Amino acid sequence: MTMGKQLIRFLLVAAVFLTLFAIVGDVLASTDPSPTQGVIEGKSSIPWWGWPIILFFFTFILGILAVLGGVGGGVLYVPLVSGFFPFHLDFVRGAGLLVALAGALAAGPGLLKRNLASLRLAMPVALIASSCAIVGAMVGLALPANLVQILLGAVIIGIVILLATAKKSDFPDVPKADKLSQTLGIMGIYREESMGKDIDWKIHRTLPGLILFIVIGLMAGMFGLGAGWANIPVLNLLMGAPLKISVATSKFLLSITDTSAAWIYLNSGAVIPLIVVPSIVGIMLGSMVGVKILAKAKIAVVKWIVIGLLGFAGVRALLKGLGI
Amino acid sequence: MAEQEKISVKASGEQLLYANILNKGMIVGILVLLVTYAIYVAGLLPTFIPVEDVPKYWGMSVAAFSHELGTPTGWGWLQSIGKGDYLNFVGIAILAAISILCYAAILPGLLRKKDTVLVVIVIVEILVLSFAASGILKSGGH
Repeated sequence: MTMGKQLIRFLLVAAVFLTLFAIVGDVLASTDPSPTQGVIEGKSSIPWWGWPIILFFFTFILGILAVLGGVGGGVLYVPLVSGFFPFHLDFVRGAGLLVALAGALAAGPGLLKRNLASLRLAMPVALIASSCAIVGAMVGLALPANLVQILLGAVIIGIVILLATAKKSDFPDVPKADKLSQTLGIMGIYREESMGKDIDWKIHRTLPGLILFIVIGLMAGMFGLGAGWANIPVLNLLMGAPLKISVATSKFLLSITDTSAAWIYLNSGAVIPLIVVPSIVGIMLGSMVGVKILAKAKIAVVKWIVIGLLGFAGVRALLKGLGI
Repeated sequence: MAEQEKISVKASGEQLLYANILNKGMIVGILVLLVTYAIYVAGLLPTFIPVEDVPKYWGMSVAAFSHELGTPTGWGWLQSIGKGDYLNFVGIAILAAISILCYAAILPGLLRKKDTVLVVIVIVEILVLSFAASGILKSGGH
């Protein structure tokens, strides 16, 4: 059996396990995470220590799938965990932001050192996104949970469509850097190892790009999703940064955007260590394994497994929010 | 940008400094998080909420959770740092604070280069992140 076929088999099994974990957890937890209830009696047949273990394995597989599917952990974490675990959406979003933040902090230094993530490109964008993420986090925590759940479902379905249809451009054509990007000094050179040459890059359409980061920041804070799925198309397709620079800068950018929103969740008390720590560790270890698998094989089918999982989670979030 | 650095395939000095601090802070944050979590689940310290009771409450909204249990908000968790659950907040706070430290560290270099645009962006970003971290802003009113 070829390496590719073995991997496809592994990933399909992983996806099935992921779903099983979620369904078993969902069934065994007879606790109803309704936002209006008072103290929930401990009817769950799983002991307290069982939940962090289930969450750890769940997020470990999520971490592998996220890397192979080319998405951030946060975007998978929030809809799947809120859909299948008995945690309130407030705590899932808080954990989701910290998961995305930890992933960005782990990847950021290497990407900056290799000059793939650009500090000059990230800083103006980060300022806008992180300011708006604060507003998003406050609005998200103030809105009724079912409304946020409906919006989350709609956003996830939108992300599924974006992931399924959006094109990427390795080296977008930027005839001339615009005035704003020149003033901000956003340009650079990076070594493209696959071609064995140095690539000069510059950007254009800076103002519309920055305006879009208002929306991206708001959504990142409101839903705790991370925002790589939105950062990359804007940096790459709209502003014209090369794909590698866009992906790396987006990852680094999350370390700043999610920082501001994470503080709001932390200060509001929407952080439960029993949920957060196994999730961070699981997804980080899963990502490390995912990177190793990715180095050996590139499988297009993974992207579709991830899109399928996200679509399922999006529809479930929507139905849950609507009380169906 | 009065004295903009010559563009090079290599990362700028500020970028490398930022990366190094980010890397060290991330490692410290994760290690602290792991150690404090081990202390928490091993029951080595008393907890604010008994660990076996946490599943009774995590289905509640954060507003109901805080109201029901009287959990601290803002930087109030510092007063409960002796409790195993809130001890975990130290690692989380380190992870959430590193970026502010990174920004502060590259500021002197940018000032020396008279890179006015970036200096302004860095100062405003430090203010934004510090404001977010201050505890003045919190929500959970539903």
